Amino acid sequence: MSNAKLPAKRGKSEETIVSGSQDFVTMTIADQMFGIPVLQVQDVLGHQRITRIPLAPPEVAGSLNLRGRIVTAIDVRLRLGLASRPKDKPKMSIVVDLRGELYSLIVDSVGEVLSLSSEDFERNPATLDMRWREVSTGIYRLNNQLMVVLDVSRLLNFANMEAA
Amino acid sequence: MDDLLSEFLTETAENLSVLDVELVRLEQNPNNPELLSNIFRLVHTIKGTCGFLGLPRLERVAHASENVLGKFRDGTLIITPGAVSVILRSLDTIKGILAVLEATEAEPPGDDGVLIALLRDVEGGKEVSAMGVAASPPPPAPPPPPVTPPAPVSAPAAAPPPPPPPPPPPVAVVREPEPAPVPAPSVPTPAPAANKGKAAPKREVAVHEPETPPPPPGDGGDVRDAANKESAVAAQTIRVNVDLLENLMTMVSELVLTRNQLLQILRSQKDSEFAAPLQRLNHVTSELQEGVMKTRMQPIGNAWAKLPRLVRDLAHELGKKIDLQMLGADTELDRQVLELIKDPLTHMVRNSADHGLETGAERQRAGKSETGRVTLNAYHEGGHIIIEISDDGRGLDIEKIKQKAVQNGLATEAELTTMSDQQIQQFIMKPGFSTAAKVTSVSGRGVGMDVVKTNIEKIGGTIEMKSTKGKGSTFIIKIPLTLAIVSALIVECAGERFAIPQISVVELVRAASDSEHTIERLKGTPVLRLRNRLLPLVSLQSLLRLEREDNANDDETFIVVTQVGTYTFGIMVDRVFDTEEIVVKPVAPILRHIEMFSGNTILGDGSVIMILDPNGIASASGEITISEGGRGETTAVQTARQDDRMALLLFMAGGGAPKAVPLSLVARLEDVDMASIELSNGQPVVQYRGKLMPLVPIDPAFERHGEGRQPVLVFADGDRSMGLIVDEILDIVEEKLMVQLAADRPGYMGSAIIAGKATDVLDAGHYLTRAYKDWFGSSSGETFEEERAHRVLLVDDSPFFRNLLTPLLSVAGYAVTTVDSANEALNLCEAGETFDVIVSDIEMPGMSGLEFAQAVRNGSRWQDTPLVALSSHASARDLDRGRQAGFDDYVAKFDRDALLYTLAQTLSEHRGAA
Repeated sequence: MSNAKLPAKRGKSEETIVSGSQDFVTMTIADQMFGIPVLQVQDVLGHQRITRIPLAPPEVAGSLNLRGRIVTAIDVRLRLGLASRPKDKPKMSIVVDLRGELYSLIVDSVGEVLSLSSEDFERNPATLDMRWREVSTGIYRLNNQLMVVLDVSRLLNFANMEAA
Repeated sequence: MDDLLSEFLTETAENLSVLDVELVRLEQNPNNPELLSNIFRLVHTIKGTCGFLGLPRLERVAHASENVLGKFRDGTLIITPGAVSVILRSLDTIKGILAVLEATEAEPPGDDGVLIALLRDVEGGKEVSAMGVAASPPPPAPPPPPVTPPAPVSAPAAAPPPPPPPPPPPVAVVREPEPAPVPAPSVPTPAPAANKGKAAPKREVAVHEPETPPPPPGDGGDVRDAANKESAVAAQTIRVNVDLLENLMTMVSELVLTRNQLLQILRSQKDSEFAAPLQRLNHVTSELQEGVMKTRMQPIGNAWAKLPRLVRDLAHELGKKIDLQMLGADTELDRQVLELIKDPLTHMVRNSADHGLETGAERQRAGKSETGRVTLNAYHEGGHIIIEISDDGRGLDIEKIKQKAVQNGLATEAELTTMSDQQIQQFIMKPGFSTAAKVTSVSGRGVGMDVVKTNIEKIGGTIEMKSTKGKGSTFIIKIPLTLAIVSALIVECAGERFAIPQISVVELVRAASDSEHTIERLKGTPVLRLRNRLLPLVSLQSLLRLEREDNANDDETFIVVTQVGTYTFGIMVDRVFDTEEIVVKPVAPILRHIEMFSGNTILGDGSVIMILDPNGIASASGEITISEGGRGETTAVQTARQDDRMALLLFMAGGGAPKAVPLSLVARLEDVDMASIELSNGQPVVQYRGKLMPLVPIDPAFERHGEGRQPVLVFADGDRSMGLIVDEILDIVEEKLMVQLAADRPGYMGSAIIAGKATDVLDAGHYLTRAYKDWFGSSSGETFEEERAHRVLLVDDSPFFRNLLTPLLSVAGYAVTTVDSANEALNLCEAGETFDVIVSDIEMPGMSGLEFAQAVRNGSRWQDTPLVALSSHASARDLDRGRQAGFDDYVAKFDRDALLYTLAQTLSEHRGAA
């Protein structure tokens, strides 16, 4: 997939913050494309048996066994304030490591890895949904769609989540 | 070899080699205070340990070196190469002594007078650099004095010490009070005659190195040779970083999990060629697990090592004589657990010695031996370690605790009066509580038992306590062997599986409509009758807000009877699988706030399950204080009076205040269709389970309406039952029943405050006899052919029981006299009353039933009167204790039939015997 070639009309300072190109694992949730820096991703999983955790926040789908490690599964749909996934819809997971703990992010589907130039990066629009703005570091303008960059540590910051 | 000693040897050998290096460094930079204090600390440690182990010779040398180092450190002495040499030499001496110690487990006899004198001189500031003391171990010291060529060891001969000027030889002589001449002329090491095989190599060494001149006596040179050899003990053990062991343990845990997984797969496949190798893998893994666990195991004695000293000092400070007994010191447990219980244990021993034991004078007054005893006992019991800390002191003072509780605002006077002694004792586990009147330097600061309790609970342990006034207190700590791998019961609820740590599971009960146990619901609250006690139940499903997908077979439920502290409750689950060894893993940080889980784990089939935390469930399932409930048979601790608290059924009938009746008297609750009520013999009856059951309305104005359903309390006795018609069932409460206003209305015992409301307490006996005139008489009627009514003395502090039993016994034909304490009963005895039989409660304030029985049997006028004990605890042990005290029989409270039967039996036996 080729990227939009429009040069970023941003000040110099912006470019020094995000310079060069970065690789992202892309995923789709409710037809929206999201991306996570590839270095943070540990695994991509298909369907897994998930153990529900009673009394956990609704966003916590449960826990699963990944090669002997216990991984906490987070339903990103619910975390982003989207409707929960229809039962028959397939799901995939992206496993990320946050401070030594593994989390599995449940998404609709996982796409390819894209190398994106910082020229296409933009800050979150000020009018973006609060919940999204909180977990996103910015937007990449691709050819035919926009990709929201998810910040894993903010996505998993549940203190904020409960308040929200 | 003694563990302590070998540990000391290993540690000291390490310290010494560090010291060697550091001292040399010190010599080079004498102004490095950090280096100096490190050296000082090491020597100090050696000295301290020597003193502790009773090694005087070592201690003296170390002490003298320490003094010098102390002056170095304080800056009052300048570090000179000479001084350092002397210190190095003393280190060599220490090494030598250690080598002998290692071989013989005893300090070599001998003396280091010269060396010590040298050290003193250095300390005193004398210049010793001139003396040319070699720093290297085997001092090619001055040519041996001719006086002592072959048998130099510790001969008293005042051989001239090495040339250095100051040491006055006479001192050396004086300091050699124990000459211990060694016969073997060629043995340079002072290996005593008691030497075992290990000494042999030394002998050889000595023989092969005859050119080494025997060192002169008095400077410790006798042992320095031995130091040159590698320490055998040090070679046998290696020190491993604890992290490495922890890491190993984690790996083994994972291996165990994988093994479990493989076995699970194997089970589903018949005739697999993997069967044999997997079986071997299984064994090897188990052994490996055991082995790795062992590396983490340490005898509990390690945690106790400091206690004798502590107790000795305490005894000194407090002016008491204390004998500390330690049993089972070699019981091993996980290092991690050991570390965690060390402080609580120390604290509790200190408590026992300080608060528990009386002073010698007090003890003598109380008729006890002057020396108080504190006993520590550790042993394994079913995968757990039990540690008991007991003293034979004064026991907990209930009155003092009460005062203190009121003072600290932990409870009001009114609350206290409703509490059992055991509940009151529990206050000492509350923060900020200390019964010591004055704060001593030892304890009494009120930071104590609560911390102990928290620490022990943190590692999944429990602490229980029993105390008898005047006899002492015992604390029982139950802790898991290890924290890493625990045995857990796997259960299922609403399609989800959970693990419950086996440590808190007491028993499993299957409740189904066709089994003897059924779950009864009162106002939606599930309860289970278990061995004449009401067990509160917690539904895991509702507690964890699980949604049940199918509401299928609801009729079979398993109840996991769980114990947290002394509180016992049942967890309702759908299915119970087997127990499995699980590796506890902490839950993700975002889930830590859920109290219900203590961790999670991966099962053999690879699925993740949550581990339930019984403590969390107990506290979440209502306002439950640990002190409540509990059953006598599960813990030895529960000697407190549970009979005070009883489950009461509250209902409305005939207007006015709510009514209450002990739940234990009620067999069932039924809804009776009014239309089905028939009249028989002028009395309303209903067909019930194929029989006619008489119905008695509580409300005298009750009229049979043509229709509708009416709740009925069913009382059953043998094959007969009667129904008490009430208006509405309100609730079930567990409370201490105090009948405050006696009623003169028939059918009521009086009024009591129950659930915060004035409540009429029903006299069930009254209604029972209205249904059947001979309700109480039938089972014992045959024994009452005699005209004269037997006189029964009923001793019970609870007005409720007096009120309950008096009509019961009267109806059965006995003439009943009641008193509310053992003392009053003895007054009656002195007043010349006679009775045919005495029925006494066991748990009473003041004189207990057991003491009462002893008093009666011990030459009182009633010594031949049969005694029947009445108690809520009727286990074999209680029975035994009762018999020993002099009771003829033992009857469980609430067991009406048994009481009447026993009375009849006892009386007839007695008559037969008389």
